[in-house]
Amino acid sequence: MASLRIAMPLALIGSITSIAGAWIGLSLPTHIAQMALGATILAIAALMLRAKKSEFPEVPAQDRLSAALGLSGSFHDPAMARDYDWRAHRAPQGLVAFAGIGMLAGMFGLGAGWANVPALNLLMGIPLKLAVGTSGLVLSVVDSSAAWVYINQGAVLPILVAPAIVGVMLGAKIGASLLRVVRAATVRKVVIALLLVAGMRALLKGSGVWN
Amino acid sequence: MDPNDRLFDIELVYARWLDWGTRVGLAVLITSFLAYALELVAPHVPLEALARTWVLPVREYRAAVGAPSGWGWLDLAARGDYLNYFGIVFISLVTTICYLRIVPLLLRSERIYAFIAALEILVLMAAAAGIVGAPH
Repeated sequence: MASLRIAMPLALIGSITSIAGAWIGLSLPTHIAQMALGATILAIAALMLRAKKSEFPEVPAQDRLSAALGLSGSFHDPAMARDYDWRAHRAPQGLVAFAGIGMLAGMFGLGAGWANVPALNLLMGIPLKLAVGTSGLVLSVVDSSAAWVYINQGAVLPILVAPAIVGVMLGAKIGASLLRVVRAATVRKVVIALLLVAGMRALLKGSGVWN
Repeated sequence: MDPNDRLFDIELVYARWLDWGTRVGLAVLITSFLAYALELVAPHVPLEALARTWVLPVREYRAAVGAPSGWGWLDLAARGDYLNYFGIVFISLVTTICYLRIVPLLLRSERIYAFIAALEILVLMAAAAGIVGAPH
Protein backbone atom coordinates (compact mmCIF):
# COMPACT_ATOMS: atom_id res chain seq x y z
CA MET A 1 0.00 0.00 0.00
CA ALA A 2 2.60 2.48 -1.19
CA SER A 3 3.06 4.59 -4.31
CA LEU A 4 6.41 4.88 -6.06
CA ARG A 5 4.91 7.77 -8.05
CA ILE A 6 4.43 9.81 -4.87
CA ALA A 7 7.60 8.60 -3.14
CA MET A 8 10.25 9.18 -5.81
CA PRO A 9 10.19 13.00 -6.20
CA LEU A 10 9.81 13.57 -2.45
CA ALA A 11 12.53 11.06 -1.58
CA LEU A 12 14.96 12.73 -4.00
CA ILE A 13 14.60 16.10 -2.26
CA GLY A 14 14.63 14.45 1.17
CA SER A 15 17.75 12.40 0.50
CA ILE A 16 19.71 15.47 -0.62
CA THR A 17 18.78 17.48 2.47
CA SER A 18 19.20 14.49 4.82
CA ILE A 19 22.92 14.46 4.03
CA ALA A 20 23.16 18.09 5.17
CA GLY A 21 21.03 17.22 8.20
CA ALA A 22 23.29 14.33 9.17
CA TRP A 23 26.25 16.70 9.21
CA ILE A 24 24.43 19.15 11.46
CA GLY A 25 23.24 16.29 13.69
CA LEU A 26 26.77 15.02 14.22
CA SER A 27 27.93 18.44 15.42
CA LEU A 28 24.84 19.37 17.46
CA PRO A 29 24.78 18.84 21.26
CA THR A 30 22.58 15.79 21.93
CA HIS A 31 20.18 17.48 24.38
CA ILE A 32 19.43 20.32 21.95
CA ALA A 33 18.78 17.83 19.13
CA GLN A 34 16.46 15.83 21.41
CA MET A 35 14.47 18.88 22.57
CA ALA A 36 14.11 20.19 19.00
CA LEU A 37 12.95 16.75 17.90
CA GLY A 38 10.41 16.51 20.74
CA ALA A 39 8.96 19.97 20.06
CA THR A 40 8.66 19.22 16.33
CA ILE A 41 6.89 15.89 16.86
CA LEU A 42 4.44 17.35 19.38
CA ALA A 43 3.61 20.22 17.00
CA ILE A 44 2.86 17.67 14.27
CA ALA A 45 0.68 15.62 16.66
CA ALA A 46 -1.32 18.78 17.45
CA LEU A 47 -1.80 19.41 13.72
CA MET A 48 -3.09 15.88 13.19
CA LEU A 49 -5.44 16.12 16.16
CA ARG A 50 -6.99 19.31 14.77
CA ALA A 51 -7.32 18.05 11.21
CA LYS A 52 -10.74 16.83 10.04
CA LYS A 53 -11.33 14.15 7.40
CA SER A 54 -7.66 13.20 7.45
CA GLU A 55 -8.40 9.55 6.56
CA PHE A 56 -9.65 10.61 3.12
CA PRO A 57 -8.81 14.30 2.57
CA GLU A 58 -10.80 16.36 0.06
CA VAL A 59 -8.71 17.69 -2.83
CA PRO A 60 -10.80 20.15 -4.85
CA ALA A 61 -8.20 20.71 -7.61
CA GLN A 62 -4.66 19.64 -8.47
CA ASP A 63 -1.80 22.08 -8.94
CA ARG A 64 0.20 21.94 -12.18
CA LEU A 65 3.16 20.05 -10.71
CA SER A 66 0.94 17.36 -9.14
CA ALA A 67 -0.81 16.93 -12.48
CA ALA A 68 2.50 16.83 -14.41
CA LEU A 69 3.83 14.12 -12.08
CA GLY A 70 0.58 12.18 -12.42
CA LEU A 71 -0.04 12.20 -8.67
CA SER A 72 -3.48 10.61 -8.75
CA GLY A 73 -4.97 7.14 -8.98
CA SER A 74 -6.88 4.67 -6.91
CA PHE A 75 -5.94 2.29 -4.14
CA HIS A 76 -7.66 -0.74 -2.71
CA ASP A 77 -8.33 -0.82 1.03
CA PRO A 78 -8.73 -4.48 2.05
CA ALA A 79 -10.08 -3.48 5.48
CA MET A 80 -13.05 -1.70 3.84
CA ALA A 81 -13.10 -4.04 0.80
CA ARG A 82 -13.34 -1.12 -1.65
CA ASP A 83 -11.29 1.06 -3.98
CA TYR A 84 -10.70 4.74 -3.28
CA ASP A 85 -9.80 7.33 -5.91
CA TRP A 86 -7.27 9.88 -4.78
CA ARG A 87 -5.40 12.85 -6.15
CA ALA A 88 -2.66 14.95 -4.59
CA HIS A 89 -2.33 18.71 -4.48
CA ARG A 90 0.22 21.26 -3.19
CA ALA A 91 3.16 19.35 -4.72
CA PRO A 92 5.53 22.39 -4.54
CA GLN A 93 4.74 22.83 -0.83
CA GLY A 94 5.16 19.08 -0.40
CA LEU A 95 8.64 19.23 -1.91
CA VAL A 96 9.59 22.06 0.46
CA ALA A 97 8.17 20.09 3.41
CA PHE A 98 10.16 17.00 2.45
CA ALA A 99 13.31 19.09 2.12
CA GLY A 100 12.77 20.05 5.77
CA ILE A 101 11.83 16.52 6.78
CA GLY A 102 14.96 15.14 5.09
CA MET A 103 17.05 17.64 7.03
CA LEU A 104 15.37 16.54 10.29
CA ALA A 105 15.76 12.85 9.38
CA GLY A 106 19.50 13.34 8.92
CA MET A 107 19.86 15.52 12.03
CA PHE A 108 18.08 13.23 14.45
CA GLY A 109 19.84 10.04 13.41
CA LEU A 110 17.35 8.94 10.75
CA GLY A 111 13.73 7.89 10.97
CA ALA A 112 11.35 10.76 10.28
CA GLY A 113 8.24 8.74 9.47
CA TRP A 114 6.40 10.74 12.10
CA ALA A 115 6.79 13.80 9.84
CA ASN A 116 6.26 12.05 6.49
CA VAL A 117 2.72 10.90 7.24
CA PRO A 118 1.28 14.31 8.21
CA ALA A 119 3.04 16.01 5.27
CA LEU A 120 1.65 13.49 2.77
CA ASN A 121 -1.78 13.34 4.38
CA LEU A 122 -2.55 16.83 5.69
CA LEU A 123 -0.51 18.89 3.26
CA MET A 124 -0.70 16.94 -0.01
CA GLY A 125 -4.12 15.34 0.49
CA ILE A 126 -3.00 11.71 0.19
CA PRO A 127 -5.41 9.26 1.91
CA LEU A 128 -4.03 8.26 5.33
CA LYS A 129 -3.32 4.59 4.62
CA LEU A 130 -1.61 5.38 1.32
CA ALA A 131 0.37 8.09 3.17
CA VAL A 132 1.50 5.60 5.84
CA GLY A 133 2.59 3.01 3.25
CA THR A 134 4.33 5.57 1.05
CA SER A 135 6.04 7.08 4.08
CA GLY A 136 7.88 3.80 4.63
CA LEU A 137 9.07 3.84 1.04
CA VAL A 138 10.27 7.46 1.28
CA LEU A 139 12.02 6.62 4.56
CA SER A 140 13.95 3.73 3.00
CA VAL A 141 15.41 6.07 0.37
CA VAL A 142 16.05 9.12 2.57
CA ASP A 143 17.61 7.07 5.36
CA SER A 144 19.87 5.24 2.89
CA SER A 145 21.52 8.51 1.88
CA ALA A 146 21.88 9.87 5.44
CA ALA A 147 23.20 6.50 6.64
CA TRP A 148 26.27 6.91 4.45
CA VAL A 149 27.29 10.05 6.35
CA TYR A 150 27.25 8.10 9.62
CA ILE A 151 28.99 5.08 8.06
CA ASN A 152 31.68 7.25 6.46
CA GLN A 153 32.21 9.06 9.76
CA GLY A 154 32.79 5.77 11.57
CA ALA A 155 29.84 6.76 13.76
CA VAL A 156 28.01 3.43 13.49
CA LEU A 157 28.30 1.19 16.55
CA PRO A 158 27.24 -2.35 15.53
CA ILE A 159 26.34 -3.32 19.12
CA LEU A 160 23.55 -0.71 18.98
CA VAL A 161 22.83 -0.40 15.29
CA ALA A 162 22.56 -4.04 14.22
CA PRO A 163 19.73 -4.98 16.65
CA ALA A 164 18.01 -1.66 15.91
CA ILE A 165 18.06 -2.29 12.15
CA VAL A 166 16.76 -5.84 12.59
CA GLY A 167 13.98 -4.62 14.92
CA VAL A 168 12.95 -1.73 12.70
CA MET A 169 12.89 -3.85 9.54
CA LEU A 170 10.90 -6.67 11.13
CA GLY A 171 8.55 -4.08 12.68
CA ALA A 172 8.08 -2.43 9.29
CA LYS A 173 7.11 -5.77 7.74
CA ILE A 174 4.58 -6.46 10.52
CA GLY A 175 3.24 -2.88 10.25
CA ALA A 176 2.81 -3.20 6.48
CA SER A 177 0.77 -6.39 6.97
CA LEU A 178 -1.37 -4.79 9.69
CA LEU A 179 -2.01 -1.75 7.50
CA ARG A 180 -3.97 -3.94 5.10
CA VAL A 181 -6.48 -5.09 7.73
CA VAL A 182 -6.78 -2.13 10.11
CA ARG A 183 -9.33 0.64 9.46
CA ALA A 184 -8.05 4.09 8.48
CA ALA A 185 -9.63 5.73 11.56
CA THR A 186 -7.68 3.33 13.80
CA VAL A 187 -4.46 4.08 11.90
CA ARG A 188 -5.03 7.80 12.55
CA LYS A 189 -5.41 7.21 16.30
CA VAL A 190 -2.30 5.01 16.40
CA VAL A 191 -0.26 7.61 14.47
CA ILE A 192 -1.35 10.42 16.84
CA ALA A 193 -0.68 8.27 19.94
CA LEU A 194 2.80 7.33 18.72
CA LEU A 195 3.57 10.97 17.88
CA LEU A 196 2.56 12.07 21.39
CA VAL A 197 4.63 9.35 23.09
CA ALA A 198 7.68 9.90 20.85
CA GLY A 199 7.46 13.70 21.21
CA MET A 200 7.12 13.63 25.01
CA ARG A 201 9.94 11.11 25.34
CA ALA A 202 12.34 13.16 23.21
CA LEU A 203 11.43 16.36 25.06
CA LEU A 204 11.92 14.73 28.47
CA LYS A 205 15.22 13.14 27.41
CA GLY A 206 16.48 16.46 26.04
CA SER A 207 15.56 18.32 29.21
CA GLY A 208 17.27 15.67 31.36
CA VAL A 209 14.06 14.53 33.12
CA TRP A 210 14.23 11.08 31.43
CA ASN A 211 17.66 9.50 31.30
CA MET B 1 -0.27 0.49 -5.90
CA ASP B 2 -2.78 1.16 -8.66
CA PRO B 3 -3.14 -1.53 -11.38
CA ASN B 4 -4.21 1.20 -13.85
CA ASP B 5 -1.05 3.24 -13.26
CA ARG B 6 1.70 2.97 -15.90
CA LEU B 7 4.13 2.57 -12.99
CA PHE B 8 2.28 -0.46 -11.59
CA ASP B 9 4.50 -3.15 -13.17
CA ILE B 10 7.61 -1.17 -12.26
CA GLU B 11 6.37 -0.85 -8.67
CA LEU B 12 6.07 -4.63 -8.52
CA VAL B 13 9.64 -5.06 -9.80
CA TYR B 14 10.89 -2.49 -7.26
CA ALA B 15 8.96 -4.20 -4.44
CA ARG B 16 10.33 -7.61 -5.39
CA TRP B 17 13.94 -6.42 -5.50
CA LEU B 18 13.51 -4.45 -2.27
CA ASP B 19 12.01 -7.48 -0.54
CA TRP B 20 14.83 -9.81 -1.61
CA GLY B 21 17.50 -7.18 -0.92
CA THR B 22 16.29 -6.61 2.62
CA ARG B 23 15.99 -10.37 3.25
CA VAL B 24 19.61 -10.93 2.17
CA GLY B 25 20.77 -7.86 4.14
CA LEU B 26 18.96 -9.01 7.28
CA ALA B 27 20.37 -12.54 6.99
CA VAL B 28 23.93 -11.18 6.65
CA LEU B 29 23.40 -8.74 9.52
CA ILE B 30 21.88 -11.28 11.91
CA THR B 31 24.63 -13.81 11.16
CA SER B 32 27.45 -11.31 11.65
CA PHE B 33 25.84 -9.89 14.79
CA LEU B 34 25.53 -13.35 16.35
CA ALA B 35 29.22 -13.99 15.57
CA TYR B 36 30.04 -10.66 17.27
CA ALA B 37 27.68 -10.95 20.25
CA LEU B 38 28.63 -14.57 20.99
CA GLU B 39 32.31 -13.58 20.68
CA LEU B 40 32.95 -16.15 17.98
CA VAL B 41 35.01 -13.48 16.21
CA ALA B 42 37.14 -11.08 18.29
CA PRO B 43 36.10 -7.40 17.96
CA HIS B 44 38.40 -4.47 17.16
CA VAL B 45 36.92 -2.49 20.06
CA PRO B 46 36.38 -4.67 23.17
CA LEU B 47 32.99 -4.19 24.85
CA GLU B 48 34.61 -2.72 28.00
CA ALA B 49 36.38 -0.06 25.92
CA LEU B 50 33.20 0.58 23.96
CA ALA B 51 31.20 1.23 27.13
CA ARG B 52 33.77 3.87 28.16
CA THR B 53 34.01 5.62 24.81
CA TRP B 54 30.64 5.56 23.04
CA VAL B 55 29.49 8.74 24.77
CA LEU B 56 32.35 10.71 23.20
CA PRO B 57 31.88 13.00 20.19
CA VAL B 58 32.52 11.06 17.00
CA ARG B 59 36.04 12.38 16.28
CA GLU B 60 37.18 11.75 19.85
CA TYR B 61 35.63 8.28 19.74
CA ARG B 62 37.50 7.46 16.53
CA ALA B 63 40.78 8.68 18.00
CA ALA B 64 40.23 6.82 21.29
CA VAL B 65 39.57 3.40 19.79
CA GLY B 66 41.38 3.71 16.46
CA ALA B 67 38.13 3.45 14.51
CA PRO B 68 38.37 3.98 10.76
CA SER B 69 36.37 6.43 8.69
CA GLY B 70 35.08 6.14 5.12
CA TRP B 71 35.57 2.68 3.63
CA GLY B 72 38.49 2.04 6.02
CA TRP B 73 36.27 -0.47 7.84
CA LEU B 74 37.11 -2.96 5.08
CA ASP B 75 40.62 -3.24 6.56
CA LEU B 76 39.02 -4.39 9.84
CA ALA B 77 36.30 -6.52 8.26
CA ALA B 78 37.70 -9.70 9.86
CA ARG B 79 36.96 -8.28 13.32
CA GLY B 80 33.63 -9.14 14.97
CA ASP B 81 32.33 -5.57 15.27
CA TYR B 82 33.30 -4.47 11.76
CA LEU B 83 31.99 -7.72 10.28
CA ASN B 84 28.54 -6.22 10.91
CA TYR B 85 29.34 -3.43 8.46
CA PHE B 86 28.80 -5.89 5.58
CA GLY B 87 25.12 -6.20 6.47
CA ILE B 88 24.70 -2.50 7.32
CA VAL B 89 26.40 -1.38 4.10
CA PHE B 90 24.48 -3.92 2.01
CA ILE B 91 21.15 -2.72 3.44
CA SER B 92 22.21 0.87 2.69
CA LEU B 93 22.97 -0.18 -0.91
CA VAL B 94 19.65 -1.97 -1.52
CA THR B 95 17.80 1.23 -2.48
CA THR B 96 20.49 2.10 -5.04
CA ILE B 97 20.27 -1.42 -6.51
CA CYS B 98 16.47 -1.16 -6.77
CA TYR B 99 16.71 2.23 -8.50
CA LEU B 100 19.34 0.90 -10.92
CA ARG B 101 16.98 -1.96 -11.76
CA ILE B 102 13.99 0.28 -12.58
CA VAL B 103 15.73 3.06 -14.56
CA PRO B 104 15.68 1.09 -17.86
CA LEU B 105 12.00 0.25 -17.28
CA LEU B 106 11.14 3.88 -16.50
CA LEU B 107 12.91 5.08 -19.66
CA ARG B 108 10.30 3.22 -21.75
CA SER B 109 7.22 4.82 -20.23
CA GLU B 110 7.95 7.57 -17.69
CA ARG B 111 10.87 9.76 -18.74
CA ILE B 112 10.38 12.27 -15.89
CA TYR B 113 10.57 9.48 -13.35
CA ALA B 114 13.59 7.94 -15.09
CA PHE B 115 15.33 11.31 -14.68
CA ILE B 116 14.32 11.49 -11.00
CA ALA B 117 15.61 7.93 -10.46
CA ALA B 118 18.92 8.74 -12.18
CA LEU B 119 19.39 11.81 -9.96
CA GLU B 120 18.61 9.73 -6.87
CA ILE B 121 21.23 7.16 -7.88
CA LEU B 122 23.80 9.95 -8.28
CA VAL B 123 22.98 11.32 -4.81
CA LEU B 124 23.16 7.88 -3.19
CA MET B 125 26.42 6.97 -4.94
CA ALA B 126 27.99 10.31 -4.06
CA ALA B 127 27.00 9.74 -0.43
CA ALA B 128 28.34 6.16 -0.49
CA ALA B 129 31.62 7.28 -2.03
CA GLY B 130 31.99 9.93 0.67
CA ILE B 131 31.98 12.74 -1.92
CA VAL B 132 29.29 14.34 0.19
CA GLY B 133 29.50 13.51 3.85
CA ALA B 134 33.17 12.51 4.02
CA PRO B 135 34.91 13.41 7.28
CA HIS B 136 37.08 16.50 7.35
